[in-house]
Amino acid sequence: MPSITFTQPSGVTDVVTVQDGTSLMRAAVTNGVDGIVGECGGQAMCATCHVYVRPEFADVLPEVGDDEEEMLDCTTAERTDRSRLGCQILASADLDGLVVDVPADQV
Amino acid sequence: MSVVIIGGGQAGLQVADSLRGGGYMDNITIIADEPELPYQRPPLSKDYLAPGKKPTPLPLRGGSFFADKKIELRAGVAATSVDRSARTVHLADGAALPYEHLVFATGAANRVLACAGADLDGVHGLKTLHDAERLHAALTAARNVVVIGAGFIGLEFAAAARAHGCEVTVLEFAPRPMGRALSPAMGKWFTSAHAALGVRLRLNEGIDHFEAGPDGHVGAAVSTIGTSYAADLVVVGIGVIPNDILATAAGLATANGIVVDEALRTSDPAILAVGDCANFPSVHAGTRIRLESVQNATDQGRHAAQTILGKPAAYAELPWFWSTQGGFRLQIAGLSAPGDETVLNGDPETSRFSILCFRDGRLSAVESMNSPADHMAARKLLASSWGPAPEEAATPGFSLKTFARESLLGSTQ
Ligand SMILES: Cc1cc2nc3c(=O)[nH]c(=O)nc-3n(C[C@H](O)[C@H](O)[C@H](O)COP(=O)(O)OP(=O)(O)OC[C@H]3O[C@@H](n4cnc5c(N)ncnc54)[C@H](O)[C@@H]3O)c2cc1C
Ligand code: FES
Repeated sequence: MPSITFTQPSGVTDVVTVQDGTSLMRAAVTNGVDGIVGECGGQAMCATCHVYVRPEFADVLPEVGDDEEEMLDCTTAERTDRSRLGCQILASADLDGLVVDVPADQV
Repeated sequence: MSVVIIGGGQAGLQVADSLRGGGYMDNITIIADEPELPYQRPPLSKDYLAPGKKPTPLPLRGGSFFADKKIELRAGVAATSVDRSARTVHLADGAALPYEHLVFATGAANRVLACAGADLDGVHGLKTLHDAERLHAALTAARNVVVIGAGFIGLEFAAAARAHGCEVTVLEFAPRPMGRALSPAMGKWFTSAHAALGVRLRLNEGIDHFEAGPDGHVGAAVSTIGTSYAADLVVVGIGVIPNDILATAAGLATANGIVVDEALRTSDPAILAVGDCANFPSVHAGTRIRLESVQNATDQGRHAAQTILGKPAAYAELPWFWSTQGGFRLQIAGLSAPGDETVLNGDPETSRFSILCFRDGRLSAVESMNSPADHMAARKLLASSWGPAPEEAATPGFSLKTFARESLLGSTQ
């Protein structure tokens, strides 16, 4: 199972093993990773699962969908070109070792 | 010092989380009558029911949250009474917990049908994980599904049942679906959208009674105009009743929910109420209301924590809501009211448009279909005092997103 690292603004990290097909949001919430809220249950409706993906993984990620694109414009923490919605990224073998940064604020 | 929270749902957990976030150091206990790790309800009528997937509940917080934050979760036990003079809550297991502050986050219970046959096997409600587990199992074998009530949950379920290949009939007493919450224009659009999904939506037609099949299980639903619909699975979604019995018994003011002031305090200032069970004064509605939404539960949870931390303020968060039905993604910002003027932006034929609602010439709500940018712009505008006039919103090429960017940038300069 792929392992994903969530890094807090404080530098603290959580390494979580995630079942294939499970979203980063669900993995983070289930494992008690601070700062990932997931208020809409993964529907790309709330933007409270915002993460910054480390640039070296940009190529292995799925494309940003239309809904995700529009919601990313409205994140609480600043949007950068590394911003993604955690609920729209599903774990797979390709993502093993992925590191994402958790923003300071989600709401 | 201690805080006791009755109800382990979205609102109750948020109170606890925000208390710790705000530096509250003393005991926090959550009394939750459901036995599971607290979970999110919205997926239960959506993703959770999707065909071909093993459903897993989505927790509200991870299991480690409670130990990490030193929040005691008493799961699987109900609070049975509140003794206000002794500031003590009594539980079904005989325990008695003293409190300095008590929070009702008891949610709401599904309204039940009183008609003949409503207690037959195969007639379900949808509120809890347990309900959703049963429905997920029943859907794999069901052929003819009848949904009573074209509210959000009923129609989300109807779309899910279509995805399982069932024949689906929805009986709705009112002339429009989701009539309590949606403008007539959006209601009308959904009527055709569900027809396109293959849902048979019968408006102006309620349920009269159910009839049992040969096996004693529900076999048919007979409507108020006498039509009989074959049914092997029925879901009743006719609204909810706030869980305020305990509060009433404790002598607190209740009226369609537990009555709270603008800081979310009940008629006893040591006791607060939040979420689906709370009847609060809304600046956006201009009157007292009760809302059933994740936004309301979480924002009130955060707000109540501030009141307990000694920083009471007037609750004024903007209501917003979403619903997904098949591929239709609805988002609502603000509260519309019957009689609001509406302006259409975009083309309903493309299933990507927004309906802007105006009251007395001011933007009151925006209903967006597959248009998250409009929704987020609307949330920003409605939370500020800026908004387009109806005439401006009706000019060709008007974009709520552009308007919001320009006017809100201007306002901060
Ligand atoms: C199927 C479904 C789909 C939904 N979809 C959406 C959606 O798409 N978008 C949206 O915004 N909202 C949606 N909602 C509404 C949203 O889930 C609720 O508004 C929200 O969960 C309310 O949170 P709450 O904490 O106030 O109440 P609840 O989540 O209902 O929690 C209250 C808890 O208190 C417990 N309780 C009650 N009395 C006692 C007692 N005496 N002792 C101990 N425990 C007690 C109850 O059993 C319950 O577990 C949906 C709801 C359902 C049921
Ligand atoms: S969980 Fe709401 S947008 Fe990802």
